[in-house]
Amino acid sequence: MTDSKKKWQEFFGTLPSLLWLTVFFVIPTFIVLKFAFHAKSPDGGVAPGLTLETWRTISNPNYPEIIWRTVWISAVTTLICVLLSLPCAYCIARMQKKWRAFVAGLIMLPFWTSFIVRVFAWRTLLNPEGFLQQVLIWLGFADQNTMLNYNAGAVLLVSVYSFLPFAIMPIYTAAEKFDFSLLEAARDLGARSFFAFRKIFLPGVKRGVISAILMVFIPAIGSYVIPDLVGGTDELIGNKIYQRTFGDRNWPHASALATLTAFSVLIPLGCVAWWMKRQDEKEARRLAEATARRLSGGTA
Amino acid sequence: MANEFLVFDHVTKRFGALTAVNDVSFSVNKGEFFSLLGPSGCGKTTLLRMLGGFERPDSGRIYLNGKDITDDPPNMRRVHTVFQNYALFPTMTVWDNIAFSLRIAKKPKEEIEEDVDQILEMIRMTDHAWKYPSQLSGGQKQRVAIARALVDRPQVLLLDEPLAALDLKLRQHMLLELDAIHDQVGITFMYVTHDQGEAMSLSDRIAVMNGGKVEQLDKPTQIYEAPRSSFVAAFIGDTNFFDGEIVSTEGDYCTINVYGFAQISAYNDKKLSVGQKVHLSVRPEKIRVTLAPPPPEKGAGINVFQCTVSDIIYQGVYTKYWVKSSDRSISALRPHSRFLLDQESITWNDKAYCWWHPDDGYMVENFSEEDASLIHPSPPAQKPKGE
Ligand SMILES: Nc1ncnc2c1ncn2[C@@H]1O[C@H](COP(=O)(O)OP(=O)(O)O)[C@@H](O)[C@H]1O
Ligand SMILES: [Mg+2]
Repeated sequence: MTDSKKKWQEFFGTLPSLLWLTVFFVIPTFIVLKFAFHAKSPDGGVAPGLTLETWRTISNPNYPEIIWRTVWISAVTTLICVLLSLPCAYCIARMQKKWRAFVAGLIMLPFWTSFIVRVFAWRTLLNPEGFLQQVLIWLGFADQNTMLNYNAGAVLLVSVYSFLPFAIMPIYTAAEKFDFSLLEAARDLGARSFFAFRKIFLPGVKRGVISAILMVFIPAIGSYVIPDLVGGTDELIGNKIYQRTFGDRNWPHASALATLTAFSVLIPLGCVAWWMKRQDEKEARRLAEATARRLSGGTA
Repeated sequence: MANEFLVFDHVTKRFGALTAVNDVSFSVNKGEFFSLLGPSGCGKTTLLRMLGGFERPDSGRIYLNGKDITDDPPNMRRVHTVFQNYALFPTMTVWDNIAFSLRIAKKPKEEIEEDVDQILEMIRMTDHAWKYPSQLSGGQKQRVAIARALVDRPQVLLLDEPLAALDLKLRQHMLLELDAIHDQVGITFMYVTHDQGEAMSLSDRIAVMNGGKVEQLDKPTQIYEAPRSSFVAAFIGDTNFFDGEIVSTEGDYCTINVYGFAQISAYNDKKLSVGQKVHLSVRPEKIRVTLAPPPPEKGAGINVFQCTVSDIIYQGVYTKYWVKSSDRSISALRPHSRFLLDQESITWNDKAYCWWHPDDGYMVENFSEEDASLIHPSPPAQKPKGE
C-alpha cells in the first residue's frame, strides 16, 4: 500500500521533467526523423507521403568523409579540453577558498561576450596580418605565406577555446569534493606526485571527466559557426545541415543528415558503454570469485 | 649515538608569526613505542608532518638511521603514516589499498600476494579483502590503514591520533590491538595523542609537548610520578600544588611553609636549602581522607591536617573527595579495593583528616599559574539533602 503510494509520488515528482523532455526533446527528435522519409515540397516544407528518395540522394561519398572529419575534430577537441582541464581544475580546487570562486568566475567571464563575436575575434587574430601570425613570424615559427586561418587546425583551436570552460567546470566541481589528503597518503606510501595524480586523483574525479566529455563532445559534433567562420573548405556536418535547412530549404535532406550523424555517433558510443559495463561486471565477478576462493581457503 | 635511530636536532617550524614547533631536539630508539603527548595545538601534528616530509623545518635537521632526511620528499622516506581520517583510497578494495606501496616498489606478484594475505590475517580482515572502504566500519578502516602503512615494513610508523574518531569501547580494544601489533612487527612507532591514558598505556617513552616545546621526555612512570613542570603534573592526571618556601631541612627531608596554608614536610630530592621557593605536587590518590586520625604506625613525620569534606563523587572503582583545610581545597582519591559497605562512610560536611607521607610529594622545577587551571576544578559546593 505505502509502497505503491511511494511509487506514485515518485512518478508525480518526475512528471514535470518527463513532460518537458517529451515535448521539447523526444517529439522534435521523432519529427526530424520522420521528415527524412518525406519528399521536399516546392514551398520549402515537406510533402505528404513517405519516400526513401532523400536517403538515395545523400548516399554520396562526400558525406561520410565530412561526418568522419566532424567526429575526429570533436574527439580531438574533447581530448585536448579534458587534458587541459584536469590540471586546471586541480589547481583551482587546491586554492584557498576565497580565491576559488574568483578564478571560477574568470573562467566563465568570456560568456559575457557573444559567442559569434568571440569567434570573429579569433578570425582577426588568425589573419595573415593578425597579431598571432606576426608573433609567430617574429619568433621564427612562421612566414608570410603561412595560413593559420581557414583550415581544420583553426577549427580545432577555436573549438578548444570555446568549449574549454564546459570541460573545466564539471571537473572542477568534482575536484572540489575530492579529499586531497588522499594524495598525501599516496605520496606517503611511496608514490611520485604524477603517479598519485593519475592513480588517485583521476579516478576520484571520474564522474566530472565523464560529464566534461559529454559537455564538449556533443556540442562539438553539432557546431557550425566555428567551421563556417574559420574553417574554410574544411566544413563540418553542421555546416551541411545548416546549408540544407536555410540555404536550400530542403528539410528532408537536412533531417536525413542529422539522423545519420546522430547514429554514427550513438552507435560507437553505445558499443563503448556496453563494453565498459561488461568490464565492470567482469571485475565484480572476479572480486566475488576471489572472495569465495579466499574464504574457502581460510576455512579449509 | 648507537641507539639514536631517529633524531630531531633543533627543529623549528613557523607558520607566519606562529611558532608551531620551537627548537625541539630529541631522539627515538629503534623499535621503540614513542608517544608525543600534549594538548591540541601544541605542535604534535606539525612535528609528525615534518618527519613524514609534508612540511619542511625552518631550521634544524632530522636524521633517520644515520641519514639526514630533512630535505627528502615524502615518497623517498621509509616512513609511513596512519592518518587520523584513515585516508583509505575509496576507489580501491581493501586488498588493493594494502598492496599500494608494494606495487609502487615493483615487488614480484607472488611476493605482493603473500605479504598482503599475511598482513590481512594479522589484522583479521581476510574475509573483507574485496570490500571497498565505504563498506567498512570505523574499527575496520582503522586496521586497514595500519596494515597499509605497515605492509612494506617502514623504518618508522607514524600514527596521528589514530583512535580519536572511534567510540570508547572500540578505542580500548584498538589500544590492545596496537600494542600487540607493535610487539609483533617490531617497527618503531611514533604515536601522537592528546589522551594521556592512551600514551601512558602504550608507550615505552613519552615526550610531553606544550606550546611547541618538549617539556619532558621520560618513561610513563617517570612522567607521572616525577613531573618536571607544573604543566606535566597537571596535564597528566590530576594533582594538588602547594607552593611555598623551605624553612628547615633535616637529612633527606625538609619542611615547607606553604603560603596561606600550613607547614608540610616533603622529601628533598632536589637538595634544596633553606629559603628556596618550591612547588610541590601531590597526586590525589596519595592523599588519604579518614574520619579518625591516621594510626601511629604510619609514622611520626607524615603530614596530617584537619579538614571538612566539601564534595564527594562516587565512581565505583574509586571515590573522589574535595576537602577544605585552612581555606584550601585539596582533592583526594580513594580506590576501593575492599567491599565498600563494610568501611566507614564519609559524607558531606564531615570533620575529617587528610594525610599523606612526605615521600609522596614531588617538587616540580618549573611552575606557572596557568597550569594550575588545568587541574580538574572542584565542583560547586552542594548542599547535602535533608539539611
Ligand atoms: N598549515 C598551517 N598553516 C598555519 N598554521 C598552522 C598550519 N598547521 C598548523 N598550524 C598551527 O600550528 C599550531 C600547531 O598545530 P598542530 O601541529 O596541528 O597541533 P596539534 O597536532 O598538537 O594539535 C596550531 O596553532 C595550528 O593552528
Ligand atoms: Mg593534531
